[in-house]
Amino acid sequence: MSATNGAGDRLEFRHAIRDALAEELERDERVVFFGEDVAAPGGVFAVTGGLFERFGPDRVFDTPISEMALAGAAYGAAVTGLRPVFEVMFGDFMALPMDSLVNQAAKFWYISNEQGTVPLVVRSAVGAGGRFGAIHSQIHATWFQGVPGLKIAFPSSPAEAKGLLKAAIRDDNPVLFLEHKRLYSVKGPPPAGDDVVIPLGEANVSRPGADVTIVSVGKGAADALVAASQLADEDGIDAEVIDLRTLRPLDVETVLESVARTNRVLAVEEGPRTGGWATGLLGAVAERGLHDLDDAWILATDETPVPYSPTLEDDFLPDAKKIADTVRERLGAAVR
Amino acid sequence: MSETQTTERTAEPAAYLDAYGRMLLIRLFEQAMHKLFLEGEVHGTTHLAAGQEAVPVGICLALDPDDYAAGTYRGHGHALAKGTDPDALIAEMLGRATGVCGGRSGSMNVIDLEHGLVGCYGIVGGSIAAATGAGLSAKRQGRVAAAFFGDGATNQGYFHECLNFAAVAALPVLFVCENNLYGEFTPMAAVTAGVDIAGRAKAYGMPAAVVDGNDLHAVHAAANEAVERARAGGGPTLLECRTYRHYGHSKADPGKYRPKAEVEHWLARDPLPRTRERLLADGVAEEDIAGVERRITEQIDRAVAAAKAAPYPDPVDERATEFAG
Repeated sequence: MSATNGAGDRLEFRHAIRDALAEELERDERVVFFGEDVAAPGGVFAVTGGLFERFGPDRVFDTPISEMALAGAAYGAAVTGLRPVFEVMFGDFMALPMDSLVNQAAKFWYISNEQGTVPLVVRSAVGAGGRFGAIHSQIHATWFQGVPGLKIAFPSSPAEAKGLLKAAIRDDNPVLFLEHKRLYSVKGPPPAGDDVVIPLGEANVSRPGADVTIVSVGKGAADALVAASQLADEDGIDAEVIDLRTLRPLDVETVLESVARTNRVLAVEEGPRTGGWATGLLGAVAERGLHDLDDAWILATDETPVPYSPTLEDDFLPDAKKIADTVRERLGAAVR
Repeated sequence: MSETQTTERTAEPAAYLDAYGRMLLIRLFEQAMHKLFLEGEVHGTTHLAAGQEAVPVGICLALDPDDYAAGTYRGHGHALAKGTDPDALIAEMLGRATGVCGGRSGSMNVIDLEHGLVGCYGIVGGSIAAATGAGLSAKRQGRVAAAFFGDGATNQGYFHECLNFAAVAALPVLFVCENNLYGEFTPMAAVTAGVDIAGRAKAYGMPAAVVDGNDLHAVHAAANEAVERARAGGGPTLLECRTYRHYGHSKADPGKYRPKAEVEHWLARDPLPRTRERLLADGVAEEDIAGVERRITEQIDRAVAAAKAAPYPDPVDERATEFAG
């Protein structure tokens, strides 16, 4: 599962999230954290244990199962002086609080003529591979990607999770923070410093390469690193991997700069091609970098809901092997 | 729960004279909007609150300036009652750069943080959640938050989720239902179960009252009691203020579905003449009332003229940024 297990690995992804929350709660008394089962129970994915005991019920509290109320309340609290972080347990549940986030939080800065800001973060567990079925496995990022005023962060590693969450909590805009369920138990190197904050909106070239650019986000970016390693070892293909880190803002510049060198780009998305972020990204690359492109394609899921049965779900999802295979198929002969 | 408030009034007649002036400001504002809409100066649509003035004015009379309020798309009265500058509000309606939101917002979504108005909401029930959230802040700040919403909003998920959440968290929130008997074009009774709105609070263990929403003094008394309880840590209150809008739902609606006798019944209970009569009965001089009326009329006339003369935002100069910071 882990892309980065090895000597010196210490930080577990779920603890990176917990530590970022703890450090920001400690740093700024305006930060509050709430959600369903997050305080006394410590979260259904065992991410937020200990925060309630450490910061008390005024700062960290359990709420009713009322996503509309929570999102609306987070927004109302954010525009009146608090910096709320709230958890919507599964990304699929984000269909419920969409109104407050899309119609209120995201628009406040602009339609108020910049009278005030909306510093809130919505954390959710997302993604398939856990046999949770169609309605506990989705990635809601693309439901929201077309909404100006929202930021969407989706980390791929423990260090990145910590740095991006700290940035999200310090950001003055509403941020959706996506945590892939299959990453929670991954361990990786901790951040290179005590208070590393990773800016939102800047993609990371997580592996430099010359032959092809593989772009993804979240678990897909972790899978792409594994695939790139295999391609280098087994096929002599030198893939560059770009971890977008955020889907809004979308760092097209870093992708264009990469494609100018590699001339080939693969976008890997855990989600359907139609209306996905990958199509939008490749559209932007074509618009501005067509002259640099020899090839551009997408590895996405079928246009169906996420299936339940292990055989169906495994077939449905992109993974490191599928990434490596599609790169081999597309350019293996040319590069070998 | 009683229609008759026995609480003694807690403000001096001068404060009620001032409140009457604010009610008149809302009435004249809405009449001006009606006219400006027909002239093509107000764009899209607008929802007028004429007839309902006693509710926001009575509630806001019980609030401090730094308390919070959240209004509806029928929100001009909520903003003016909370203290929004009428010049800036009219300019906003006219899409001018001098508007309270620089012309970016329009009629339905006014925001005026300087006066504690966290927003007005184009989605029915949005104000309920916004005020609940403001209540989370208010609890730490020693303030209270008031949500204004219509009877239609009490059938939204927001209403039930937020009343429950505010009750369990003992948030200092006033849930103020302006029950004008119609959810858009449909009579409340056709789409709302139960005999009243206030009764729904019982399920959440929340104090509630039915209030004559066309009686400024009654609304103020009920609000005072709720605010006092909220500030003392006693949690939220639901106030069902029964009132009536003089215009239709929106500018697309002449309101012909309302029986003539019903309209006449409510026009006879118009909060403005009622408040005026009460002021006279309480010993306020006719000439003082007339003075306020003259001043407010001139204020609205001046504000309309100023807004019409104000520039539109220039798309070339517009320096919008997607994100704060």
